[in-house]
Amino acid sequence: MAERTQKQKPAANRTDEAVTDAPAVPATGDKLKAELDDLLDEIDGVLETNAEDFVKSYVQKGGQ
Amino acid sequence: MAIPKVCGIETEYGVFVRGPVSDAVANPVAASSMLINAYLAANSRKVGWDFEDEHPGVDARGFSVDDLLAPEIETHLVNAVLTNGARYYVDHAHPEISTPECRTAREALVFDRAAEEIVRASMIAAVSQLPAGAEILCHKNNSDGKGNSYGCHENYLMAREVPFGRIVSQITPHFVTRQIVIGAGKVGCEVAGVTANEVPFQISQRADFFEEEVGLETTLKRPIVNTRDEPHCDPDKYRRLHVIVGDANMSETATLLKVGATAIVLAMIEDDVLGDDFAVANPVAAIRQVSHDPSLRRTILLRDGRRITALELQWGLLESARKYEQVHGLDAVDAEVGRDVLVRWEAVLTGLEHDPDTVSHQVDWVAKRRLVDAYAERHELRPGDSRLKALDLQYHDLRRDRCLALRVGLEKLTDDDEAKAAMTNPPTTTRAYFRGRCLDKWPGQIVAANWDSVVFDLGRDPLRRVPMMEPLRGTAESVARLIDESDTPAQLLARLGQ
Repeated sequence: MAERTQKQKPAANRTDEAVTDAPAVPATGDKLKAELDDLLDEIDGVLETNAEDFVKSYVQKGGQ
Repeated sequence: MAIPKVCGIETEYGVFVRGPVSDAVANPVAASSMLINAYLAANSRKVGWDFEDEHPGVDARGFSVDDLLAPEIETHLVNAVLTNGARYYVDHAHPEISTPECRTAREALVFDRAAEEIVRASMIAAVSQLPAGAEILCHKNNSDGKGNSYGCHENYLMAREVPFGRIVSQITPHFVTRQIVIGAGKVGCEVAGVTANEVPFQISQRADFFEEEVGLETTLKRPIVNTRDEPHCDPDKYRRLHVIVGDANMSETATLLKVGATAIVLAMIEDDVLGDDFAVANPVAAIRQVSHDPSLRRTILLRDGRRITALELQWGLLESARKYEQVHGLDAVDAEVGRDVLVRWEAVLTGLEHDPDTVSHQVDWVAKRRLVDAYAERHELRPGDSRLKALDLQYHDLRRDRCLALRVGLEKLTDDDEAKAAMTNPPTTTRAYFRGRCLDKWPGQIVAANWDSVVFDLGRDPLRRVPMMEPLRGTAESVARLIDESDTPAQLLARLGQ
């Protein structure tokens, strides 16, 4: 039990490290929301036209 | 000292025929064959796979069940070796690609991407063989949403001397919890009796299908740790840990972490530094519970009586890996790749802890859930609506103009040229180099190949089998010049001392 407590760093400490170490900077807040809205607009045009039929007919044989 | 974690990924793709075709063509085995043959016809001469050394019924626990539950080898189906060292074949009514043996998780990622591109090229090549308006669609997923699952397996080289029982007990906590980093996400649930209202979205494609802690099966009663003992190399020195518990990933970061973090944990087990601190009391119940809890808040019971979250367990493994790096180094997984894996693993755990949406560019299940939730909100859809399931399927659709994973802003770790080259060129760092280069240079004189040998026909009897029982021999460093300077396979074999 004590072992695990030691292994876990405080959350704040982890955040600091991640900010310097993170390989890519994710978008945040309003930017994320705007991107998502654009994406949903695009997806309306990309999505299978008859989703219900597509989902119903999508049957696979079991594999490994 | 842990041995090099030679690794690879095998993916069974979903296959679906649409349009005006006969039942014979719509059959998934026939469609898979057509798909692969169309690719081979367009890209290479066909060299068959050799089954001489395949023993999928041998169990790591020390007994053989060849006559009982041995997985079927369908030798009559399409089964080819590619010049990149990969195997492209029909397995259980799905097209499947096994990447060549890779030396690092980074290489496995590149060859996994190459495999995706090969399937994309196959879909395009198959169109010319189908009636107008028909097409074969492939999905890089693991379930049809109706209780049928197909796998994405990983393979890792382990020292034979490591007791198998230690591998089972110490890798299980990682297999139960790594899904929070690498789960591909799924709309709904395929456990009998569980409704879409109870589990509208879960972390893993595969977790619903695991029913045992350990065992030989891969298609029924799937075990979290698979015991297939078929090393495809010197069995006295090595075993190949065959991992069937992962999801196929669209996120490159997820693929890198799936193989990279697992390889590090296995190296720790091999060096016996991990211990049993994280042993999970009920792994089968826990793997489902973790998958069914995207809030990441529920705890799982450990064998010592503690309760911790999957995230805490992953943090514990990462901390152990950091210490392992300090003391033992990460040469077993390639030091540079290993350090990169640790940095990305930590970044993902940090993001999941504070706000999962911040890792939607790295974690498949987060990217998919964000999309599904936003779409449901915009169109006021309820759990169980088939449009949400359609989004799930289409996330994995390999057609570029339809694939949603290509549109959600996933971080790219490979470049297109690299993936394109890997469709035809083998890795330089393993015996796959020898296999791939020979196949490229002398396709007419190789009658068969498999993981641990290449069989040449030199125009006179008998055929000459070149065994490759060491996965790290036959690399570019050791044989590139020999192959370059040999005009014929006979010269090559003479130089190899055959």
